[in-house]
Amino acid sequence: MKKTFVFVFLVVIMTFTLFGQEVIKIGMNFELTGPVSGYGQMSRDGVMLANKLKPTVNIGGKEIKVEVVAVDNKSDKAEAANAIRRLIDHEKVVAVIGPATSSAALAAASIAEERQIPMVVNTATNPLVAQNKKYVFRTCFEDTLQGALLATFAWEELGAKNVAIMIDVAQDYVVGLANYFEKAFEQFGGTYFTEFYTTGDQDFTAQLTDALSKNPDAIFMPGYYAEIALICKQARDLGFTGPMFAGDGADAPELIQIGGEYVEGVSYTTYFHEDADLSPATKPFVEAYQKEYNRRADAFGALAYDAYMVIVNAIESAQSTDPVKIRDALAKTKNFPGVAGTITYPEGSGNPIKPAVINMVENGQFVFRTVIKPSM
Amino acid sequence: MTIQMFFQHLANAISLGSIYALIAIGYTMVYGILNLINFAHGDIFTFSMYFAFYAVTLFLFPWWAAFIFAIVLTTLLGATIERVAYRPLRKANAPKISGLITAIGVSFFLQNFAIVVFGGRAKSFNPQLGVYPTQFAQVLKFRDVRIPLLTFIIIGASILALLVLVWIVYRTKAGMAMRAVSKDVTAAKLMGINTDRTISQTFMLGSALAAVGGILWAMKYPQIYPYTGMIPGLKAFIAAVVGGIGSIPGAMLGGFILGVAEIMIVAFLPALAGYRDAIAYIILIVILLVKPNGLLGVEIGEKV
Repeated sequence: MKKTFVFVFLVVIMTFTLFGQEVIKIGMNFELTGPVSGYGQMSRDGVMLANKLKPTVNIGGKEIKVEVVAVDNKSDKAEAANAIRRLIDHEKVVAVIGPATSSAALAAASIAEERQIPMVVNTATNPLVAQNKKYVFRTCFEDTLQGALLATFAWEELGAKNVAIMIDVAQDYVVGLANYFEKAFEQFGGTYFTEFYTTGDQDFTAQLTDALSKNPDAIFMPGYYAEIALICKQARDLGFTGPMFAGDGADAPELIQIGGEYVEGVSYTTYFHEDADLSPATKPFVEAYQKEYNRRADAFGALAYDAYMVIVNAIESAQSTDPVKIRDALAKTKNFPGVAGTITYPEGSGNPIKPAVINMVENGQFVFRTVIKPSM
Repeated sequence: MTIQMFFQHLANAISLGSIYALIAIGYTMVYGILNLINFAHGDIFTFSMYFAFYAVTLFLFPWWAAFIFAIVLTTLLGATIERVAYRPLRKANAPKISGLITAIGVSFFLQNFAIVVFGGRAKSFNPQLGVYPTQFAQVLKFRDVRIPLLTFIIIGASILALLVLVWIVYRTKAGMAMRAVSKDVTAAKLMGINTDRTISQTFMLGSALAAVGGILWAMKYPQIYPYTGMIPGLKAFIAAVVGGIGSIPGAMLGGFILGVAEIMIVAFLPALAGYRDAIAYIILIVILLVKPNGLLGVEIGEKV
């Protein structure tokens, strides 16, 4: 009899703890496995830290718990669309963070738009991701800007006149970034030529042999870290000694692990470096990150952290958990102190204007070189 | 195209082709003896890389011991897969298609197992970690043509593997049993051959070859992730079919043809480089249309 009583008591208690407390859910749609899982896992760690530091939202004087739910999109466009559907239909999230890559984000964005659920991407930089979409926002800059910054860097810092560009035809991000780079580089008076490959390729010797016969001053690799590391190795093996540079796709520890000594001297644009002074929020974040994960904070985590904080901030200023109201509050975000720079969404746009950081691989470390501020 | 550029492309092609050839040998052997397309071959290949990687980084083995360890473990993995996944099917006299479906299932299982246990992020297989001596990463220079030393190691390993295989199949008792099983399993059993053991040995041999291929692949392209073996596995399958599935010299020939075709297409038509994988499929389709048994395949009268 006594046992039954205890049992019933426990069940009642558990029911209360499970259903008694109000919870709102924020979804994560990230590349947790697959060729670019480095990005997704770094991003997830950023959101988890943000959720730990800010676990509740205050709506009408009541603290409501925020629960984050992660779904793996396997670094795949189709899976990214499935993942966001699952988050919206099954998990009933009020907002979604991610995906980290442009192709996956493009696939998910149209669904967010259709279902009217705000989606904040952390690192998908292709302009098409947020173009003409009311519900899609970013915490990073766009590739139109990044391409121009890279062209300035190549022309002024590297002194390159003729650049070989390695393009991954399967990635919207890569094709876009190469395109914006080309436009800006032409304006300086530079010349370029292109070589193509597909995500997941491991052998680039044919493209590189062809490229090196045209005597480039530098090789631009707007792709992702896994391929960049192998391209560097094979280019050096084929005797190329000039500078090599990349976009934010290079920014994963795997670049150095896989590339080893071959990626020494590679420079790239990114959004964040813990030594860069980007906003007053940067330093506390870097310390909290170090304490939590025992490693240096990275750009993907920083922007994912910002994405969570921007959403939570919007929920609090909307004083509602209704996705449409959250979206309206998000659009009004002004001077929000993100850890990777201040975020203001211009009228009718989900794209913040932010500075870019240039990092370089030196002695097996990502070393901060400079911050380039956009002139607009 | 200058002459030295052509030779550089040729060197690249041989380098790629030789590793396809090495993987294709293991693929074709299992098929040749069991008539089973072992789609899990590419994933066994992936596991060998992880075994070698962890032997060095976790158990601190010297590189050569790690290689032996990885080959032994992969061989055992092959035997286990045969035991758990394929033998029950044979016992139940299941139709041939079940074997194929099971192989795909095993492949998915291995991939997802690798994600759970080893994680989705890529691991590096660089000489700085001590996984192999830095001298192997050398690049040799012949006038203006640069060939990594590894290419010669891979070609050497392929030829060695081929010789060992031929010796086993034609000069040993186990090999004789394998040949008997490949002709007719039931008749072989009636003649007193322990067919289960022979089939198990075939799998072990195939897996050992996958391990050698896997380790060399990882040295050439130093990143390991759970799907590393997928594309090489697929290419090896195509190479095996092109060469005549079941024929060991055919697999080598197929591997070289694929490697040369992929590199030369990119070399001569750089705009098509993004469709490089398609080249492999086009070759496969053309061969299947023109010579369905593959280049070195033998015509077998199918009993109806």
